[in-house]
Amino acid sequence: MSPYAVDELILGSTDAVRVPVIGHALCAGFPSPADDFIEGALELPRWLVPNPPATFLMQIRGESMRGAGIHDRDLACIDRSLRAEDGSVVVAVVDGQLSCKRYRIVGNRARLDFDNPDMPAFAVDEYGEVELWGVLRFSIRWHLARGRLS
Amino acid sequence: MGCAALLDPLAPGARAAVVSGPPLGGGRALALIDGNSFYCSCERVFDPKLARVPVIVLSNNDGCAIARTAEAKALGIKMGDPWFKIRQQCQREGVRVFSSNYTLYGDMSARTNAVYRDFSPAVEIYSIDESFLDLSDVRDRDRVTLARDLRATVRAWTGIPTCVGIGPTKTLAKLANHIAKTIPDMDGVCDLTDPVAYDHWLCRISVAEVWGIGRASLAKLIGLGVDTVADLRDLDPRPVRKAMTVVGERIIYELRGLACLPLELMPAQRKGCAVTRSFSRRITERETLEQAVAAHATRLGEKLRRGGLGTTHVSVFYHTSEHDRGDPMRSVSTTVTLPEATNDTLALIKAAQAGVARTWREAPSERPWRYSKAGVVTTDLKLLEDAPRALIGQLDRQRSAPLMAAMDACNARFGRGAVVPARAGLTEKRTWSTKFEMRTPR
Repeated sequence: MSPYAVDELILGSTDAVRVPVIGHALCAGFPSPADDFIEGALELPRWLVPNPPATFLMQIRGESMRGAGIHDRDLACIDRSLRAEDGSVVVAVVDGQLSCKRYRIVGNRARLDFDNPDMPAFAVDEYGEVELWGVLRFSIRWHLARGRLS
Repeated sequence: MGCAALLDPLAPGARAAVVSGPPLGGGRALALIDGNSFYCSCERVFDPKLARVPVIVLSNNDGCAIARTAEAKALGIKMGDPWFKIRQQCQREGVRVFSSNYTLYGDMSARTNAVYRDFSPAVEIYSIDESFLDLSDVRDRDRVTLARDLRATVRAWTGIPTCVGIGPTKTLAKLANHIAKTIPDMDGVCDLTDPVAYDHWLCRISVAEVWGIGRASLAKLIGLGVDTVADLRDLDPRPVRKAMTVVGERIIYELRGLACLPLELMPAQRKGCAVTRSFSRRITERETLEQAVAAHATRLGEKLRRGGLGTTHVSVFYHTSEHDRGDPMRSVSTTVTLPEATNDTLALIKAAQAGVARTWREAPSERPWRYSKAGVVTTDLKLLEDAPRALIGQLDRQRSAPLMAAMDACNARFGRGAVVPARAGLTEKRTWSTKFEMRTPR
């Protein structure tokens, strides 16, 4: 991997995009308590959010995506205009809930996996139609012990 | 009446701009796109369990149903049905009920409009869930394809299902949207710039569906023997003007493909502004009413300052509920004149409370008036910088502007109600404030 070259930075595009944080939590392990939510919005640079109308921020709940470096209470940035590929981290509809999963294409079938060595590989046994909600572009993690977005 | 008679811009009485050339509207094409059961669809985007179940959204204060999915409509729930009347039915039928969450709906509306702007150079945001798009630059035969692409993109990117109606005028675009929405075979798109579709639909759709035809006009039109949209289009506009004013005349021209309503790209300056709320419980004490009115005046001040507007009159009203049969009824409205145009919250509160002081009546204690709603209203907004200054009783703008700016900044940063005038009461202690018992998190 080559380090960033200066000319790769998009100069002059300092305009920020305001992306609201949607109050619904994103299930990655256990169902979320519905009343617990955060409010507000983040100002993100446009190069991180190339398609604002399709971009949503939601809070992760649970540890089932630990292997992807996504942990409980992280903030996921989801782009609904991206197409999922083998290996994408996606938001899918599982049991009527929005949940964060690893998307795999095995042969000509799609599969949703957990990404946590302590958990079984597949999240869904019977996968006829997988309904995808969006694809994760990146996630944000607070490292301050009491750090919380509010 | 026949449907073949197409537009004749030179018909007697035709006074709008005459358009010559090919088919309708001289190549002009406007699309009206709107979200299906928009508020309900917003709730559905984030909760897949709501798909295919009946969902309704209630107005402020959980008063009445203001958005219903197709499943809820099928249960017979009507627009504006009061919550207390349909509560039991909703519980019985498993209807999912939500308090309105305008922060969420506003965000989703902004997203859909951002997508529309990728498809059209000119977008008029008509309401939170409806926009007009100028598609005149798109070739006739490509318009439907583009509309389908637009619908699919909005659905994929935002999750909101939409319908698109295209026509040479706003009135025809609105009619096309109605057709797209109600005729399943249309698959969500209807193009009335296509002469075949125009001839086909206008004699099949009831005149009641035309934009701007209210109940009173409808009765008059039926009296004239008008049944379909085509019948209305073929009326002589001049007698219609007598019966239904210039609005009725304009509708006829618009149905003929002559645009009378331009695309409004800049939001029109607000002429009036109202802040009104129902109380969460009936109130009888003067102090509580004064507090509520002060809070409304505070909100009014915020709204005016955002537009740089000021007012010279503040009207205050409060009344008992029409549902409280048998209780003493009282409805009060009064207008207080300010020395000069202002948007200073403190001046507005003072005016609003003067209105209460002027109209308050102590009731005999065994039969008090139980007030259900109060509001402050202004109708004469003007740009503050253009408003003439008063010779006598000038308000101190030098001092007020920075104070109000500081208050607005605090409230923007820490949430509405962080800094309020003491007269409006602290947010947590407002026992009368609006209910949002079933609101989704935002």
